[in-house]
Amino acid sequence: MAKRKGGGAENTEVDMTPMIDMTFQLITFFMLTLNFSQAEQDERIQLPVSQLAKPAEGVTVDPITLQLMRDGMVIYAGEPVPVRDMGGYLENEKRVMISAGKEPNAATVIIRADGRSKTGEVQDLIKVCQEKGFDKFVFRAEHRP
Amino acid sequence: MAKKESQLSSKVAVDMTPMIDVVFQLLTFFMLTLKTVITEGDFEIRMPLGPSQGAVEDNPIPPVRVKITAGPDGDRTGIAMNGNPVADFDDLRRKIMDLVGTGPGSNADKTEVELDCDYQLKYVNVVNAISAVSGVVQPDGTVVEMIKKIKLTPPKKAGR
Repeated sequence: MAKRKGGGAENTEVDMTPMIDMTFQLITFFMLTLNFSQAEQDERIQLPVSQLAKPAEGVTVDPITLQLMRDGMVIYAGEPVPVRDMGGYLENEKRVMISAGKEPNAATVIIRADGRSKTGEVQDLIKVCQEKGFDKFVFRAEHRP
Repeated sequence: MAKKESQLSSKVAVDMTPMIDVVFQLLTFFMLTLKTVITEGDFEIRMPLGPSQGAVEDNPIPPVRVKITAGPDGDRTGIAMNGNPVADFDDLRRKIMDLVGTGPGSNADKTEVELDCDYQLKYVNVVNAISAVSGVVQPDGTVVEMIKKIKLTPPKKAGR
């Protein structure tokens, strides 16, 4: 009965095989390109571009990412925080390091500053970090070969 | 009638609809979570805690002092290397190359660069300066590394 609907032609079943093949190909592609890295990136930051910025080899041990916006606010854990208030948050980071049995200076502070932000604010931020015992810093830049 | 037939015959038509539904769900999920990640690179900055620790390391070569001045709007107004004016970052790179040399026997590993920047200078200039002293990109795309020890002077204004 149902077959009658086809308007006379009985075998109008579409062959699904090529479509399913293609769809699986696409799924595989998107699965493999899925990036699990927890690299903190924020569209509010416009990183300066440099050909010589070395892409990080392997995983940075104990990273602390601080993102400095153009207006001088630091994005820490997704929230904008003024530089002078960072001390408290960094104190927490320090405590985390100590409770994990590590020295605070084993952590790497990754500074992702906007290219238009003031150098002095970057330096202020570094100073706040240093006061808490962090002394390994990297400046992150967009790598464009 | 049709039902009975399918129960009896060995040919069982598998209903593809749920599978295709799920497959499309997955496809949509992976497509939407696709993130085009910009490749990023790092510059290491040596900022030892306090001057006492820096003095422990005995360094026969005094640090190269690069001063970058800025106008009130944060744009770069001048660069000076050890007090001598430098035209731009390419010029700075050439002067650093002349100073430390490249290849074996160069002083690049031992030399330290200290960046002294005005407070309001736009940060992009700092990265350009670090870029200029840390290496050269050859025409064939390879990078010749120069100075790795880079530090910043303490902030000038207590802009807290």
